[in-house]
Amino acid sequence: MDLKYTPEQIAFRQEVRTWMQANVPKVPLQDFDTEEGFMQHRAWEKKLNEGGWGMVTWPRELGGRSCNLIEWLIFEEEYWRAGAPLRVNQNGIFLLGPTLMEYGTDEQKKRFLPRMASCEDMWAQAWSEPGAGSDMAAIRTKAVRDGDHYVINGQKTWSTRARWADWGFGLFRTDPESERHHGLSYILVPLDLPGITIRPIRQLNGLAGFAEIFFDDVKVPVENLLGKEGGGWGVAMATAGFERGLMLRSPARYQETARRLVSLYLANREEADRDASIRDAVIKAWMDAEAYTLSTYRTASKLVQGGKIGPESSTNKIFWSELDIHMHETAMRILGPRAELLPEGPDADGVGNWLDGFLFSLAGPIYAGSNEIQRNIIAERMLGMPR
Amino acid sequence: MDFTFSEDQIAFRDTMHSFFAKELPVETIRKLWENEAADASSIRADLAGKIAEQGLFALSVPEDFGGLGLSDVDWVLMTQELGYYGVTDDVVDTAYIAVGILAGLPDDQPVKAEWLGRIAEGGVRVAVGHPANRLIAHADRADLLLLWHNDEVHAVPAASVQVSVNSSVDLGRRLCRVNWTPSPATRIADAALGKSLWADALNRGALAAAGQMLGLAQRMVDISIAYTAERKQFGKPIGSFQAVKHHLANVAVKSEFSRPVLERAAYALAEGQSQAGEFVSHAKLACGEAAWLASRSGIQVHGAMGYTWEVDLQIFMKRAWALDAAWGDRAVHKNRIADGYLRADALLGAGNTFN
Ligand SMILES: Cc1cc2nc3c(=O)[nH]c(=O)nc-3n(C[C@H](O)[C@H](O)[C@H](O)COP(=O)(O)OP(=O)(O)OC[C@H]3O[C@@H](n4cnc5c(N)ncnc54)[C@H](O)[C@@H]3O)c2cc1C
Repeated sequence: MDLKYTPEQIAFRQEVRTWMQANVPKVPLQDFDTEEGFMQHRAWEKKLNEGGWGMVTWPRELGGRSCNLIEWLIFEEEYWRAGAPLRVNQNGIFLLGPTLMEYGTDEQKKRFLPRMASCEDMWAQAWSEPGAGSDMAAIRTKAVRDGDHYVINGQKTWSTRARWADWGFGLFRTDPESERHHGLSYILVPLDLPGITIRPIRQLNGLAGFAEIFFDDVKVPVENLLGKEGGGWGVAMATAGFERGLMLRSPARYQETARRLVSLYLANREEADRDASIRDAVIKAWMDAEAYTLSTYRTASKLVQGGKIGPESSTNKIFWSELDIHMHETAMRILGPRAELLPEGPDADGVGNWLDGFLFSLAGPIYAGSNEIQRNIIAERMLGMPR
Repeated sequence: MDFTFSEDQIAFRDTMHSFFAKELPVETIRKLWENEAADASSIRADLAGKIAEQGLFALSVPEDFGGLGLSDVDWVLMTQELGYYGVTDDVVDTAYIAVGILAGLPDDQPVKAEWLGRIAEGGVRVAVGHPANRLIAHADRADLLLLWHNDEVHAVPAASVQVSVNSSVDLGRRLCRVNWTPSPATRIADAALGKSLWADALNRGALAAAGQMLGLAQRMVDISIAYTAERKQFGKPIGSFQAVKHHLANVAVKSEFSRPVLERAAYALAEGQSQAGEFVSHAKLACGEAAWLASRSGIQVHGAMGYTWEVDLQIFMKRAWALDAAWGDRAVHKNRIADGYLRADALLGAGNTFN
């Protein structure tokens, strides 16, 4: 055990810090769930990629930096510390990208990865359907083979930013006779094809952050199949693995929230201390943000040394999502009667964006495999309890 | 940056795990708990001898004084085993906490060489009277007592003290009030040195309690998993019911995220880092919460069986409750964190965890 950075790691941190200081937009971008904001975030990702910081964990030959997970953590710390924008390109570079590297043909890698890296293609996830949420094996949207095409009919939903994305990826039923997780295929679909209708859905904050996607005889070339026909479930589980494992939520995000929460508490200490449990809640926020960081470094260390990620990684999702809610709830309690104010009001001085963060934190235990599903996985695969 | 243990450290941990599984089965703890066990003292002596053969008492005694010279980081694996198997306080108080105090004395203090040597051999018990604890664990069976007096450290032989014993809900724990008279002859460290020795002792005591609580949480989960796989209701093992699963999954989450906190605290203490105290407090709070939840959830998934003397869960549950407030209760540890981190000049935010 040696919990110190090497000189190389310190130099790497400095390099990231210098670039971020020079390049992170001084004025915050608009919300990436608006069209204007989406474009701004896309432009930022382009710049990030041109600076060589778009996908630090990707291999060098694909434009990345071949960073190991410890370096990735350092990068993330500097990214969040600099107050850089949210990653609008994350579906591509963190989820589909690694899946393509593992399952894609050489031709597919060449075709998709560089455009993904340079933000020419933005990707949306298309798994959920009205009848298939937690139970993803209940997917019914069909992709029927017709010569060198699949013909897709059905509906996907809750697809984040599909409205502005160029492509979608998800599971489709290629064997109409099949049941459950058999007969599903992983297909990449351009979202501007004839027969596709995208209808925005407004989220809790009023913005149309996700969308339904309707498919009406949509013809997709068979080259867009990732992995084997009928083998989509296994490929999709790999995507879910990256997501639930480490890369979806780096600890830096929560450490910055914890830091802001401590400042908010200190700035309002006299009022906040009228409720003695608030101090406790702030202490808990610091402790849990720290615990999540330590746990991630510990897992990263193990993986860097050739270890494998195990079923205990299902505890991550529960921990960070509950931590996020805890911190935002605490901020709301500190703000008291000001917490309900939308930030643009004349009397909303100092409320910041806690309300928006609070709303979004509530989605954490739902998306990326609900926390109830994660608890089932922990009980069955980590603790070995009976099905 | 390497957040893993060495192969040797893991191997030693595994050895102790199998050792206690063989030498300290729950039936033995039960015998020791029941006063009528006539052979209790021979069981204790036999076990103490075998633990000494494993080298546990020599673990952190410096090599120059006949020990293995290992650190808090090695201890953090051991304390989890001690917790898992419900080993009584005298072992860790002697081998870890008393050794820490003695090792911090100047070399020309004769008590240092004499007692470190005797501890490393394994034949003696040392009780530690830290002001953070109202009573002193196992003082009635100690050969030597290290006692606080206005920040000084006094080494007092058992023959010079009067002891009255309280039983704890954890019947393996003997909490003693000690009457004694400080004198220049018993003083082994003045207040200036003593202050820092007692501060380190508090950190070691709290860290040891934290490690044991995490081990206890694991034991309670294991007992509960085994029971819920056996017990059937509605024609199925109750462990297949989701409400039962989620109880134990919640404990698993708490434990998973306490472990790295515990390990980091041990590392910080071993390295003498300035925030070691806050990190230890964090570990104590996190592991205490995990153990508390494990006991609450453990009893629930056992149904009425959980409320009996017969089921082993009670032994580990009670020890967890006792340790939660030992070596500083939650208020003490929360206040340390508040003092260190709820301030404008604290190192907070991304990138500051290891600074
Ligand atoms: C902000 C946000 C963004 C999203 N983005 C996308 C996206 O880009 N693409 C996409 O495809 N999907 C997306 N989703 C959808 C998400 O994947 C689903 O919401 C999720 O899989 C849960 O499905 P559901 O909403 O149908 O809830 P349901 O499955 O109906 O679940 C409702 C409740 O029942 C519980 N429940 C269900 N089954 C079980 C069970 N077996 N045991 C115990 N409890 C159970 C759930 O835990 C939950 O509490 C997004 C969701 C959110 C909130």
